[in-house]
Amino acid sequence: MAPRDPSEMVTLKIPRPLYERLGQLIEGTGFRSVTEFATYVLRDLASHPAPPRRAEEAPEAGRMTDAELAAARQRLRELGYL
Amino acid sequence: MIHPHGGRLVNRMVSGEQREQLAKRCGELPKLALNQRELADLEMIAAGAMSPLEGFLTESDYRSVVNSMRLASGRVWSIPVVLSAKSDDHKQLKSGDELALVDEAGRALAVMEVDGCYEVDHDYEAQMVLRTSDDGHPGVQYLRSISPVYIGGTVNMIRRPEHKDFVRHRLEPKETRVLFSTKGWNRVAAFQTRNPIHRAHEYLQKCALEVTDGLLIHPLVGETKSDDIPADVRMRCYEELISKYYPSDRVVLSVFPAAMRYAGPREAIFHALVRKNYGCTHFIVGRDHAGVGDYYGTYDAHAIFGEFEPQEIDITPLFFDHAFFCRMCGNMATTKTCPHGKEEHVFLSGTKVREMLGRGELPPAEFTRPEVAKLLAEAAG
Repeated sequence: MAPRDPSEMVTLKIPRPLYERLGQLIEGTGFRSVTEFATYVLRDLASHPAPPRRAEEAPEAGRMTDAELAAARQRLRELGYL
Repeated sequence: MIHPHGGRLVNRMVSGEQREQLAKRCGELPKLALNQRELADLEMIAAGAMSPLEGFLTESDYRSVVNSMRLASGRVWSIPVVLSAKSDDHKQLKSGDELALVDEAGRALAVMEVDGCYEVDHDYEAQMVLRTSDDGHPGVQYLRSISPVYIGGTVNMIRRPEHKDFVRHRLEPKETRVLFSTKGWNRVAAFQTRNPIHRAHEYLQKCALEVTDGLLIHPLVGETKSDDIPADVRMRCYEELISKYYPSDRVVLSVFPAAMRYAGPREAIFHALVRKNYGCTHFIVGRDHAGVGDYYGTYDAHAIFGEFEPQEIDITPLFFDHAFFCRMCGNMATTKTCPHGKEEHVFLSGTKVREMLGRGELPPAEFTRPEVAKLLAEAAG
């Protein structure tokens, strides 16, 4: 594969402990560098639909069902917060 | 609503059939009775207050937190949240084992999926986290009192710890999030405290409220050192103060169950991250936050935030200088905003206040609201 034009590349900054941890993770794998591994992971991530931006739209927050939400509001009312 | 730390509010409470099965299995599992700090930590982990933690720190997370204030994943986390072995049997636990976590009465509260046991150097942990290994430091005293063998692993809570105090004020992160959302508060400032609120604290809180939609007064009610004002006395002071001097539709009083670590700067980061999980967007950091004695510099807890990128913390710290009433200004001020000398400032140390109360004297109104002074005097008398 032809080397990439350096003008098409940018630098990303990540915390050093994370960089070192990733270096350990790729030992013995086919990845030749942390950069190659990070590019692979990020490309894979970017190939999926964009995640919701706001917490209330995220699936995790959505785990609070209408019934749970109603129960939380009821408790807040009983305690005098609402 | 602001994202929890790690992007997801952890929930390690199990219910239904899973809960029934775990509860049944507890009788056959080895048991470990939690101390007060661990009990509070367990409750907070299960409720998501410690997100992204799903259990007590594993060895790789522990060593990373102690050395670099980050979990092994690289995410910022400044305080080791650990479970100490209580017997030689616990030190034999290995990955895949299950352990029943019980309270002092022997009631099973949670089942831990053990990742492994590991031995630590308490002097090293103290130096790195508390910045001292001096036996006079309460955090060092705690470390000396527990085993240097820790057990890491995720937890599944089957029963919340029983509380007899502050029952009306115990809100979990998902509840404060619903509360703020229902009130329409987008920007919420959190105030951590283990002391009565004097005029200086009130000033900081109201400055914060000027630039936000709401204020969460979140007093710590877990373990504190013996000469701190008891939490029940403090709560009476907070309620009295709020009822007389705060806009009720802009303030929420709820308790923070954690134990004090007295870890100064590192604990300031921890307190901020946890308040983000409760849905707060801003966090008040005053002078000597979470400090004790003279182990930390007055503004070390401000400086430590500079060691991280703002988006890594993702809750906005509101830094305040030393606050006081200035006789010349005729109002509350800080060293940042007042041009006058110390002789014009009304400020009393905690020790001085305790001495005054011990003699039956009330601190001046410029220092403490009379209603608070009266409650403190009654408690001291």
